Amino acid sequence: MNSFEALRDPERCKAVLAQIEEAMQGQTLRFMEVCGTHTVALFRSGVHSLLPSSVVHLTGPGCPVCVTHESEVAAYMELAARPDVIIATFGDLMRVPGPGGSTLKKAQAEGARVEVVYSPFDALAVAANNPGDKVVFLGIGFETTAPTVAATLRLAKEQGLTNFFVMPFHKLVPPALDVLLSDPAMSIEGFMLPGHVSAMIGLKPYAPLADTYGIPAVVAGFEPLDLLQAILLMAEMKRQGKPRVINNYRRVVADEGNPKALSILYEVYKPGDALWRGIGTIPGSGLVMGDAYKAFDAFEALGVELKESKPLPGCRCGEVLKGIMPPNQCPLFAKACTPATPVGPCMVSTEGSCAAYFKYQLDLSPA
Amino acid sequence: MGNKLLLDQGSGGLASHRLVNEVFFRHLGNPILGRMDDAALLPRPKGPLAVSTDSFTVDPIFFPGGDIGSLAVHGTVNDVAMLGAKPLYLTCGFILEEGFDLDDLDRIVASMGQAARKARVKVVAGDTKVVPRGTADKIFINTTGIGEVVASPSPSGHRARPGDVVIISGSMGDHGLTVLSCRQGLAFDAPVESDCASLNHLILKLVTGLPAVHVLRDPTRGGLATSVNEIAQQSGVGVTLEEDAIPVKPVVRAGCDILGLDPLYLANEGKIICILPEKHAAKALTIMRRDPLGRDACIIGRVGAENPGKVVMRTGLGGRRLLGMLEGEQLPRIC
Repeated sequence: MNSFEALRDPERCKAVLAQIEEAMQGQTLRFMEVCGTHTVALFRSGVHSLLPSSVVHLTGPGCPVCVTHESEVAAYMELAARPDVIIATFGDLMRVPGPGGSTLKKAQAEGARVEVVYSPFDALAVAANNPGDKVVFLGIGFETTAPTVAATLRLAKEQGLTNFFVMPFHKLVPPALDVLLSDPAMSIEGFMLPGHVSAMIGLKPYAPLADTYGIPAVVAGFEPLDLLQAILLMAEMKRQGKPRVINNYRRVVADEGNPKALSILYEVYKPGDALWRGIGTIPGSGLVMGDAYKAFDAFEALGVELKESKPLPGCRCGEVLKGIMPPNQCPLFAKACTPATPVGPCMVSTEGSCAAYFKYQLDLSPA
Repeated sequence: MGNKLLLDQGSGGLASHRLVNEVFFRHLGNPILGRMDDAALLPRPKGPLAVSTDSFTVDPIFFPGGDIGSLAVHGTVNDVAMLGAKPLYLTCGFILEEGFDLDDLDRIVASMGQAARKARVKVVAGDTKVVPRGTADKIFINTTGIGEVVASPSPSGHRARPGDVVIISGSMGDHGLTVLSCRQGLAFDAPVESDCASLNHLILKLVTGLPAVHVLRDPTRGGLATSVNEIAQQSGVGVTLEEDAIPVKPVVRAGCDILGLDPLYLANEGKIICILPEKHAAKALTIMRRDPLGRDACIIGRVGAENPGKVVMRTGLGGRRLLGMLEGEQLPRIC
């Protein structure tokens, strides 16, 4: 058995499930993961369906596509409509609805020039191949993706490209956790921390979870055994009353993170406020272009503004993202709001909490 | 023959006739096509007819394991065969872009001829249009297939019943991943190749040896997950698939992991889903495994009365989840 097979081994997983049951000691605990890849891994592997009913596992604002604000969508749709602009983007933004239901998919059908890329470096190639056009890369993603976009901007500067721009929509995870925990309606008793984001930022930014809020937190990998072990560790810390931040994904995550990636990130960007769908503005939770890279800022260079719009009527995504309401208790869920016609952010991408529920959960009726 | 296609070659005049003779007749010719009348005159077969049409626009037009020409034959031959029919004839319509490379056209039509001979179908009617540069992308091909239904009753997506088993003839996602990785210019350590092939001979053996086959379907666009969902809905039954039983080549799985794709939603062009009562499963597997195109055939799931219209996946861990249909095409993900 290789190491990956071991992490998927049904017998080992069953043993951890039994330990979880024991650690719960009859009480009910509410845990939350804040990473879209965890959301999908929990459902796809079947771990979600195997957890004892005493473990209530919730999905927080961990999908970077889902938390892209409708005002941000409105801003890039404004650029997509310009004849001399080519939008370069990761594929999962194509169906994200903006005000009035507009999407890049629809804009493309109406003639907008949109290139789906696998890496921001591909967007740089699009710019080099289309010198007469302005290529705008949509910089979404958490701390995981942002350093690659920063490295791309550094290369663009070295190459002296003047037709490449980025819309910095990046979001930072720790400030969002802080907002969740300071909401008095929140009742989360443990955080499964994102594997990829933590590989960049390390453990230190999470220290307040245990120190200030007294909440156990575990950095987890994405295989079934990783997920189950994280849940077990949270349950045990809760039982012992000794909350800590534990790195249980040491094969990828170093406690100190990736200082080299972070230094590139903060060479290009600086922290700023960001708009989150379903939540609103969170101070210091985003990245804005640093002074040396202002010329690449699509907002400044191409004259676009971010206008905060009103919350979507009837949408309860804010409560779902905070774990106050399970997806299937939202009155719009699977009725007005489906993956084909998403009303709120949680239904937008396959990694969103409502979309994952809709896609993978056998029984969709309200609990 | 020059190197690039001209608008004149689709005009109906002498240049058109030369193109038809030098390319299309040379590779696809047979006595029925050779009559050159406005329509093909076909003998009446004994059984009912199965008819299917499909248009092929694949990009790139050449890919490991095949090309748009062979695909246009295999795809339609397979659709006709899925009704338990013996495909007999094809028609082909070509829409060609001005400036298209004539050597490429020759290669594609030669490949169609070869695929048709192997499937033992005749191309009995055809049409060629050349459109101005920029109004089509290189080459589009439409093929219509006509076959004689030999199975009675004919397999159908409506006929899956509780107690049936679901068999698949081989690995999932090969064609889809090949085309996507070519399009993205990605190379993997191990070669990945399209599975495109005509399945009619294998299907004929299956339906003549086993009249109890309830459903045959080729999981093309949308892949296995979409096809099984369609069958569950058409038949009003629930299907449970065993995740660990579904064959996916390691290179396809690894490629999908990199690209953020699910192999169960990727197209296959040489695979069959066969649904039939459990007591006939062993015989079906024997028939399929004797054929090179069904060598890896295996049982991947069961049909039941619970959860009608839905497909449930039992994961390797023993958990359960829904296997639904996709909203649209799979898109590369951010993380």
